[in-house]
Amino acid sequence: MSSNRANAWRFAIPAIVLGVLAAFFLRGLMLDPAYYESPLVCQAAPEFSLPDLADASRRVGTADFAGRTVLLNVWNSWCAPCREEHPFLLELAASGVPIYGINWDDERDKALAWLHTAGNPFVASAVDEVGEVAVAYGVYGYPETFLIDGDGTILVKHFGPLTPEDWSGKMLPAMEAECAVD
Amino acid sequence: MRGRLTRWFPVLTLLAVSGALAQVDSIEGFEDPELNARYRDLIHTIRCMQCQNQSIAESPSVIAAGLRREVRSMMAEGRTNGEIRDYLASRYGDFINFLPPWRPSTWLLWIAPALLMLGGGLVFARVLRARMRQPMEDLE
Amino acid sequence: MIPELGQFALVLAVCLSLCQAALPLAGSFTGRNDLMQLARPAAAGQFVFVGLAFAVLAYLFLTDDFSVEFVFLNSNSDLPSAYKFTAVWGGHEGSLLLWSLMLAGWTLAVAFASRSQPLEFSSRVLGVLGIVSSGILLFTLLTSNPFQRLLPYFPEGRDLNPLLQDPGMVVHPPMLYLGYVGMSVPFAFAVAALLAGRLDRNWARWTRPWTIGAWLFLTCGIALGSWWAYYEVGWGGWWFWDPVENASFLPWLMATALVHSLAVTERRGIFKSWTVLLAISAFTLSLLGTFLVRSGVIQSVHSFANDPARGLFILGLLLLISGGAFVLYALRAASLESEGGFHPVSRESFLLANNVLLVVATALILLGTLYPLFVDALNLPEVSIGEPYFNFVFLLPMLPLGVLLGFGMHAAWQKMSGRKLLRQLFWPLAVSIALALVLPFIFFGTNSFMTVVGLATGIWVGFSSFLMPLGRLFNAEAVRLSRAQWGMCIAHFGVGVFIIAATVTSGYSVEQDVAAREGQQWQLAGYELDFRELRRIEGQNFTADEAEIEVRRDGRYVATLRPQRRDYPVREVVMTESAIDANPFRDVLIALSDSVGDGAWAVHARYKPLIRFVWIGCVIMALGGLLAATDSRYRRPKELRAGVKPTEGAKPAVGVPAEEGGR
Repeated sequence: MSSNRANAWRFAIPAIVLGVLAAFFLRGLMLDPAYYESPLVCQAAPEFSLPDLADASRRVGTADFAGRTVLLNVWNSWCAPCREEHPFLLELAASGVPIYGINWDDERDKALAWLHTAGNPFVASAVDEVGEVAVAYGVYGYPETFLIDGDGTILVKHFGPLTPEDWSGKMLPAMEAECAVD
Repeated sequence: MRGRLTRWFPVLTLLAVSGALAQVDSIEGFEDPELNARYRDLIHTIRCMQCQNQSIAESPSVIAAGLRREVRSMMAEGRTNGEIRDYLASRYGDFINFLPPWRPSTWLLWIAPALLMLGGGLVFARVLRARMRQPMEDLE
Repeated sequence: MIPELGQFALVLAVCLSLCQAALPLAGSFTGRNDLMQLARPAAAGQFVFVGLAFAVLAYLFLTDDFSVEFVFLNSNSDLPSAYKFTAVWGGHEGSLLLWSLMLAGWTLAVAFASRSQPLEFSSRVLGVLGIVSSGILLFTLLTSNPFQRLLPYFPEGRDLNPLLQDPGMVVHPPMLYLGYVGMSVPFAFAVAALLAGRLDRNWARWTRPWTIGAWLFLTCGIALGSWWAYYEVGWGGWWFWDPVENASFLPWLMATALVHSLAVTERRGIFKSWTVLLAISAFTLSLLGTFLVRSGVIQSVHSFANDPARGLFILGLLLLISGGAFVLYALRAASLESEGGFHPVSRESFLLANNVLLVVATALILLGTLYPLFVDALNLPEVSIGEPYFNFVFLLPMLPLGVLLGFGMHAAWQKMSGRKLLRQLFWPLAVSIALALVLPFIFFGTNSFMTVVGLATGIWVGFSSFLMPLGRLFNAEAVRLSRAQWGMCIAHFGVGVFIIAATVTSGYSVEQDVAAREGQQWQLAGYELDFRELRRIEGQNFTADEAEIEVRRDGRYVATLRPQRRDYPVREVVMTESAIDANPFRDVLIALSDSVGDGAWAVHARYKPLIRFVWIGCVIMALGGLLAATDSRYRRPKELRAGVKPTEGAKPAVGVPAEEGGR
């Protein structure tokens, strides 16, 4: 039996394990743990119909923008990044991009007042009272912006404030590519 | 340590839901103690996506409340835990489940406990057998 | 000027630690006494200058010097003074300085104690400690300088993270670091033994009290962390298997195994390579923990800021220090092997099982903690691993260990009759199982499989721990127990208490999430909760909504709880401050989260039976450790070294070396 040699080799195991772990750590240092890919990209956008922010007796939902490529923006009146991206949203709206809003974790009067003073980039905004649409769309923070094409497919799910770079670098190319296989 | 999994621990939430509860606006949960216990266990295994490493049972965030509501409504419809997890994973990715799914990439995770216990047992047996053959000391 | 003074002190500390690292080690290999004797003064000097740097940083906080970036980012002139002090370790840079201070403190203590050890050995121990402290100090100086200025500077600071503005913050990190960092001492002893190529019972006798000391601080630190998380994060949980919690728990598991393995090495001179491996692993896991917390590689509630550049440096340190030690182990461990037989039923056998099971538990928890990283690095779909997995994977090796623990304490060394052991312990075992079956019905009205298993194990361990003292109580001729034996009984009793408490609180807690408003009442686990009033409060650096909730039982008043939802304007953070009514037998906890509109608030109520004993159990464990570490056989080195047998009664012969050694 070469048990002596095998025995001697077992003392090297801890060093080898550490080496393997270190390799993983090195790789891990180059990744960002906060980033993750949503499973909803290139899937059908969940249908919804919620009360309109401006007029609670009317409804706003996927039916309103079916057939067009639109941005769906989850927002509220008090989160700092929402205010950050607001001017850019106004720009986009002015240039003809249809933006629909979902107002989440907010109070109706405060939301309306904010839109009144800061400007309203939305064609219409829906109010998600209990967060059921937010969950259906896999939303876990605000703001989030979805790019939805005419077929109702989610092309892009963007977390955080929308910047011009995000628009030109992520959204526009996605509109071209149209969920081609990666 | 929240080691409660319904099939292991008793359903004590009887005390939680019954009694003179009619006076509050609402209670998150179910009247049926078994269902309520299942609900409470389940929400401890779903990650709050907005926080870091908390379950939706422990997080004060809005998304946690929204997710809890979703879990309750699906349970009320009669869905199983597996169906609820699958639905949430379809919206948020597997990351939302604190219990990793059974997939080739997680086989190691699920096999490791048995493997290591077995390995440990083998090491123990080997060392013991070797030592049994060695000379004993004259103690004291 | 003063910040620069602190920085200068840091530079001097680095120089001294480099001397401490290089010179004594060189001297030990070349036989130069003058170099070897530099170890102690270098260690003393390092301590002085690290202490000075730390004192300067504290001074900067207390005097609101916001021109220093670290102070600016972690303090505010409205911050209460006590928190200004604890803010020193409230961020990455300052906490590293605390790390260094603790290490310098342990090194100094080792330097004092080493006067009774052979110079070649002690110079190597201090040299290795010097390598570690050089690494940490260089890391601090080069990448994480707490004295960095921020110019032009702001007149007001960004305030301490509100989560850290808490009395628990005063004790938890220092205690934890004492333990964490203290693992470097057995590590240094182990590496010194490997360098010498031999190791004997004297070595075990020197190493053991240091290990127990670091272990007991780590136990307290972890318990404090759990307690702090419980009332600060506030919804009834006391252990979340968060990666950073695991990072402190893994060294604890290894240290526990080490303490027990050292017992065998001290008594029989065997398990040497096990012991050395455990010593190196325990400190490696400490360093690993440091890496995980500060590199941003793993997501966690506790992490300091993500900084891959710093992560790279720590990884380098890890490879150098631990990698070096493991390579040394690979080369030298085989020569440490020694003979010593024992039978399947013997103390050694139980302690072997102890080693194996603790290593298995450590490996499984480590796997679960790092798995998300593995999966991510290999470009596989992300997974997340949480409580359900860790609870299962931890209980799997630990429940058997609990059962074995009860038997192992009473097993004789080397050989014993299994039947005799069973006969001795039959009644305690039977009583434990019976109590586990019956007690839950009496107190809670229901029972279940896992509850019985957990309770039986806990009662069994607790019972078994006190059989020895009890036996002596009833047997007038029996010899007195040594302090170390008392320590062992008490520590294991603490384990039993912990198991019982953990089982009960896990199985019988009650949780409620309600939406309530002023004037409403409801019931929680037999208590009546009355939402009396909601009001606004102004604090020193926050404003809050406070609910006043009265707790009654069967109509009798129990307590008034005032949970708050606080707004810290400077940091733009909102925090829930839970209110707890605690007595030894149960906690009633209430937390406020959001206003759900219309005057109603989301109120979260928890009933936690026996949860205080979770931490009391840990304290008892630490107490046992304190007794064990201060046993007289560790405190009279000169006599023992001269070969004089101590005249303590029933204790087994202490490692008076048949072989000369320790060099």
